[in-house]
Amino acid sequence: MNASEIVKEFLVESTENLDALDQAFVALERNPGDSENLGGIFRTIHTIKGTSGFLGYGTLESVAHAGENLLSKLRDGALSFDSAIADALLRVVDVTRGMLESIERGGSDAGGDYSDLIAELEALADGERAAHAAAPVTASAPGPVAASVAPVERAAELELSAVASPAADEPLADDRRTGDDRRAGQDRRGTDAAPALAESSLRVDVTVLDRLMNLVGELVLARNQILQFTATQTDTGFIGASQRLNLVTSELQEGVMKTRMQPIGNLWTKFPRIIRDLSAQCGREVRLEMEGKDTELDKTIIEAIKDPLTHIVRNSVDHGIESPADRIARGKSPQGHLMLRAFHEGGQINIEIADDGAGIDADRVRQKAVSRGIMTAEQAARLNDHEAIKLVFLPGFSTAEKVSNISGRGVGMDVVRTNIERIGGTVDIQSRIGQGTTLRIKIPLTLAIIPALIVNAGRERFAIPQAALVELVRLEAAQAKERLEHVGGATFYRLRGNLLPVITLHRELRVEGGNGDGVVSIVVLNADGRQFGLIVDAISDTEEIVVKPLGKQLKRVNVFAGATIMGDGRVALILDVVGLAQQARVITAMRDRSLSGTGGQESELEAKRDGSALLLFQVGEHGRMAVPLANVARLEEFTSSSIEHSGERRVVQYRGDILPLISLARMFNERETVGQELMQVVVCSADGRSAGLVVDRIVDIVNEPITAKHASARPGVVATAVVQQFVTDLLDVDAVLRTVDEPAPSRAA
Amino acid sequence: MRTMTDVLDPAAAPAAVRQLATFVVDGLLCGVDVLTVQEVIRHQTMTPVPCAPRVVEGLINLRGQIVTAIDMRRRLGLPERPDALLSMNVVVRTAEGVVSLLVDEIGDVVEVKPDWFEVTPDTIGATVRTVIDGVYKLSGRLLFIVDVERIASVEGLGD
Repeated sequence: MNASEIVKEFLVESTENLDALDQAFVALERNPGDSENLGGIFRTIHTIKGTSGFLGYGTLESVAHAGENLLSKLRDGALSFDSAIADALLRVVDVTRGMLESIERGGSDAGGDYSDLIAELEALADGERAAHAAAPVTASAPGPVAASVAPVERAAELELSAVASPAADEPLADDRRTGDDRRAGQDRRGTDAAPALAESSLRVDVTVLDRLMNLVGELVLARNQILQFTATQTDTGFIGASQRLNLVTSELQEGVMKTRMQPIGNLWTKFPRIIRDLSAQCGREVRLEMEGKDTELDKTIIEAIKDPLTHIVRNSVDHGIESPADRIARGKSPQGHLMLRAFHEGGQINIEIADDGAGIDADRVRQKAVSRGIMTAEQAARLNDHEAIKLVFLPGFSTAEKVSNISGRGVGMDVVRTNIERIGGTVDIQSRIGQGTTLRIKIPLTLAIIPALIVNAGRERFAIPQAALVELVRLEAAQAKERLEHVGGATFYRLRGNLLPVITLHRELRVEGGNGDGVVSIVVLNADGRQFGLIVDAISDTEEIVVKPLGKQLKRVNVFAGATIMGDGRVALILDVVGLAQQARVITAMRDRSLSGTGGQESELEAKRDGSALLLFQVGEHGRMAVPLANVARLEEFTSSSIEHSGERRVVQYRGDILPLISLARMFNERETVGQELMQVVVCSADGRSAGLVVDRIVDIVNEPITAKHASARPGVVATAVVQQFVTDLLDVDAVLRTVDEPAPSRAA
Repeated sequence: MRTMTDVLDPAAAPAAVRQLATFVVDGLLCGVDVLTVQEVIRHQTMTPVPCAPRVVEGLINLRGQIVTAIDMRRRLGLPERPDALLSMNVVVRTAEGVVSLLVDEIGDVVEVKPDWFEVTPDTIGATVRTVIDGVYKLSGRLLFIVDVERIASVEGLGD
């Protein structure tokens, strides 16, 4: 038998309810006027009727229905409760119980003929007392053969197997009017095999589990404390005991977490129905396949991903999979294929929703982005297909040609992304036109206990969720001076050729900090798909921490995600990496640019890699110029006293070499600012040459697509373009650097 | 049990005898309904919360529960507590969750009669008025009724 979760739940719930009914009926017999009790009984029977009808247990439904009719008469006061009615109703309970047991073992409720009972109930409901007298006698156990004949219409759908099923006739053979016999029946069953479902599971209030989870959290903290203490001890007995405590605590933590775990299949069970209905509405044929139903997730996470997943599945059927005619025209099978897959990977749950539908047309997404004013046509053209498709996660973006009643319900893909990111997950989309779309969701197993890196800033410790951590970089004082670059108030670190924006934790938190010895520890973090560096005073350790919420008084402080209690009993704050990045404007700035600029998540860094980012600077009083960032080696400041001359050329000693300086102001006949104590120099290299370009002021690094570009006739200038609303000359770095080899221009020029 | 409005509505003079847990903030005798007080504890080490409103002094670990501590001197716009004076915690239950009020000194539980009540005098400063429900005239001393809900509410907790 392949009892689905719903059936299992129905069985557990109904069995419990029936047990309560036995008592309720007895109480009702003693006090027939108790309308509250009667109402309760009515509701229970009504629920069983409804659910059994929904699950296709027609026989059970018809019995419950007859019982319900009788009860409703009683409830309305049309009939008064007496022992005959009590007998009949108790038989309904027993018959129902018998059928439930039969379903649990055999998967069918149609093992007997209950027309006598139903007739009796109907007669009682009609107020006919006469029928009652004969009824108990005739309600003998009908043979299985008779049963298979009577409900003929059921046979087809329920695969009636009454003949083969020993379970089916067992409850019928009992005299169902007495509880003793029923118990005897249970005892008989108790001797064989596994206990019944209803007995082997127990309903527990979620708050009890939450409380347990909290206590285990406390225990984990106490354990951590003891382990710290153990490190200083030599008593072997004590060390042994604390190691055992360590193991038991870990197992207990796992065990308690398990009580909160539910298979993702619970969530998926509603999809076949949704897809069936949707397919009918949209004229699709969809075959749903599910893999990894047993993958377990924390209950809170299941709740959190319910809506996003439903939305994605709806989208796939509505927009992804084509109509059968279209599919045939494209040489696919008329039936679309939707695949749900869930699996564990690296302490995370991966969920994939893949369809073999039309896929997303990156060009159409680009057009849409342009027509919605999200970006200019040129900006859109610069995106690669993957980046373009990811635009669907932006607010207010729908590529559906028409808004149907399935889509356009106000839950866009941006909400999907927000919901998933809220629980620390990520979502990615991949699509190939004509071949289908795959959404990949990665989410943590649980939210309550997470691994975190503990760092220091000022006198406090802060926890950074490991999920956001990319890598750690340690720079000695000398390295730090060399490799951290300051551009227009912002700091960058060159990490394997990429410019990584860097912020300092104690400065962002506005607390006193710094570690005095000049060593710089950078924690490279991933916020919203973008990386940035966080300088901390010290990095101490990784630890399993228990996440606790902050009071409502602090909900506007968005740099913290919560707090935790450390081994020494003190509270430490948990950093909200995205909030911190936003406050420090490392991602807001980029995000703004990504909306008005490039859109793709990694495009900022990628653009830098592929050389389209520009360093903007000012030459003379008004001249704006730019060089590709790829050609920039470093930004330096030289004091005017360090400048020496070699012939007509100005040079500086730089890293054990002689660096020629080129005054751009002089080269382009701008007025050179004189008398500056510090000279701003952009060290460029190209073609094996290096030189320092003397500029007046570094303006910014931009990654803006260039609009209104004009080729330039001036030597040393490739083109003139509008960058950040200013006319800017784009330098021909090669040509400028070549001037080093030429005789220097005379100073009088 | 009395409802919140009975206790907290500043316009409604209390109809019955009330029991108030009292404490002193910069010489000011304040009281809160004894039923809202969960416990009173001595000075606790606190974890400051950077970027938080100034009235939030920090977080304390109350047997595994993390509780926001609100400095009553700052909340009432009074001068800062001298470093030598360690604050005490009056832990109160509010609709916004459990918060700890940091006060200078803990007083007795006082029983007050309705006819001792008076609305907050106009001479009281504006900052204090927003969180004071009224005054009880004790013999020789005034007892200010502190509205814990407004103390703990996010409004009014400016930077």
